Amino acid sequence: MTVQQLIASMNLTVFHLTDSQRAVTGGYVGDLLSWVMGRAGQDCAWLTIMSNQNVAAVALMADVSCVVLTEGVQPDEDLLRRAKEKSVTLLGTPLDTFTAACKLGQALN
Amino acid sequence: METIKLVYPVEGGDLIEAGEASSKMKLTLKKLGLPQDVIRRASICMYEGEINMVIHADGGEAQVEVDSDQILIRMIDSGPGIPNVQQAMQEGFSTADSTARELGFGAGMGLPNMKRYSDEMTIDTVVGTGTTVTVKIKIPQ
Repeated sequence: MTVQQLIASMNLTVFHLTDSQRAVTGGYVGDLLSWVMGRAGQDCAWLTIMSNQNVAAVALMADVSCVVLTEGVQPDEDLLRRAKEKSVTLLGTPLDTFTAACKLGQALN
Repeated sequence: METIKLVYPVEGGDLIEAGEASSKMKLTLKKLGLPQDVIRRASICMYEGEINMVIHADGGEAQVEVDSDQILIRMIDSGPGIPNVQQAMQEGFSTADSTARELGFGAGMGLPNMKRYSDEMTIDTVVGTGTTVTVKIKIPQ
């Protein structure tokens, strides 16, 4: 599925959209940044409650398709700026992380 | 391909701004047209090295050499050195302070991640003098 399809399917908030046609091939949930770097797969949707600007750098290096801030977390100003600078797609949902992960799993199937 | 040499200073102290050297290297590797997976692995190694330098060594220098066979990354710092490399290589072991942990770092995955995503890794460290972490990422032919 594409990022655009994921946004529609999960009714996600768009904070910054870089490439709506980029493929999403999996998901990863995590807040410890080095753990995410080590385990998240390329082209996955990364669900997290972390909202500092290091999230954009990790998303860029790990080459994920998009970041989804869960639990209604809003990106801080610096994260939004960094996401724009680094061309990282930043999305959000008011859903708790577990429910969001379940919906992502359903959408991917 | 002639060997391309790149040098990036890594500023110490500011974890929030960390990642600039890795971002610049990633952009350069993309321009060189290297495979996506190779770029990803090199970027993760460099970013982890950069974060380590910022947290533990007040910055340093990243030297990158790219040729047709491999990417060689040397992360060189003049920090406190690593007293027990074997311990530092264990997943989950960390001496990062609370500030780093609050930002989501300090999970004890930095060096293990560098090993995981490189084909070869060496650590040269002298306590009180500094550390050089070298990783090689092979480019599939």
